[in-house]
Amino acid sequence: MADQPTAFERFTQGLLPENPVYRQLLGLCPTLAVTNSVQGAMTMAGAVLFVLLCANVIISLIRDLLKPHLRIVVFTLTIATFVTIVDRFLAAYMYQMSKNLGPYIPLIIVNCIIICRCEVCASKQSVFTAAADAVGQSLGFALALASIASVREILGTGMFFGIRVLPEMWPDWVIMVLPPGAFLTFGLLLGAVNWVAARKKAGD
Amino acid sequence: MNKSSKKAQKNENRFPGFFIVQAWLVLLLASFFGAALAGIQLTLAPKIEANKLNETLEKVPELILGADAARALAESGQAMTIDRQYVTAGSKTYSVFKAGMDNQIAGWVIKAAGQGYADKVELLVGTDTTISTITGLFILDQKETPGLGNKIMEPAWRGQFSGKPIAKPLTAVKTGADADDEINAITGATISSKAVCNIINQSLKNLKQPLADALKNPTSADNQQEKN
Repeated sequence: MADQPTAFERFTQGLLPENPVYRQLLGLCPTLAVTNSVQGAMTMAGAVLFVLLCANVIISLIRDLLKPHLRIVVFTLTIATFVTIVDRFLAAYMYQMSKNLGPYIPLIIVNCIIICRCEVCASKQSVFTAAADAVGQSLGFALALASIASVREILGTGMFFGIRVLPEMWPDWVIMVLPPGAFLTFGLLLGAVNWVAARKKAGD
Repeated sequence: MNKSSKKAQKNENRFPGFFIVQAWLVLLLASFFGAALAGIQLTLAPKIEANKLNETLEKVPELILGADAARALAESGQAMTIDRQYVTAGSKTYSVFKAGMDNQIAGWVIKAAGQGYADKVELLVGTDTTISTITGLFILDQKETPGLGNKIMEPAWRGQFSGKPIAKPLTAVKTGADADDEINAITGATISSKAVCNIINQSLKNLKQPLADALKNPTSADNQQEKN
């Protein structure tokens, strides 16, 4: 296992070089669905951080006990448990946010970022590396959600985090907070990220 | 050796309980996680119920008077008196909220639930005093398909229900609802639309008589209110 990335590499890779949204194109359902406000996007990112961290740590702890043909069942079981905990917790302490996010919190269960990290990292590496990987990937996810949500919320409502940033005369581009706005913003930002990456590569 | 005897030999190697031994980790984790979730549910359920009840109580004026009148009422500093009752009808127990204003009953809000397309749909129906007209609809909890079925939450759709008479059961039609008992279904979410209609029909059918009786034979509390 000498060629496995170290904890620090895992952490930094998640942020940009292997960003789950912009580079791996994983977890796009919540990326498109909950980014019409920054608050909702950050709640989603927090929920994913909790689920991914807990799932990665548990899977890493039991990685020597996993049977190859039963590992996906164990991953799913673990992920589903922590998603249910987040869902109940939000319903109890952030009721309005839980209603706004609706089914997207329970849908974290099928967010492939998490099962991908369990498979790629946690089931093979130590607890510390798995935790670093979870935090790195979650921050990368949060970064991606924040970038899309900022563009959509500012252009769509003239507000950022619920606070007005554009002058009152700004004609709210309602389409930005509707589903088409998600695709437009994500497509353009993804293009920009790829363009920067290609230029960097050409410059090397 | 033919194929079937090979298979038989393979099966002999699988001693009784083979699968249980293979899956011991899954079983252990499942019981452990199950217990943990039961604990979480027990701890948080009262809090979640309280949140839902608060939301219900907040929505009562809007469901009976309509959004504009409810806002005006709140601005004038008045509040409705809300009395929660449990009514058992048709093998179900409903939470019914009796709303009063100026010592008179203003209407009823019924909490009802039923199967939607994806999961249970929980809703509130407001009716007038005599349970003859629907005055409002609010969806408390749903997990319908995002983008299609979850449009049942949108004011534009649930607004259709306001003013519908209760005498005939409501039906969801695909387009051009013009009769009193017709509701325009959401495009692509006919099942969700029908489910909402059914939940309303069922609960109103069950509760119409008990609530009418409750009006005719007011409890002692109501008598006191009238004297005041």
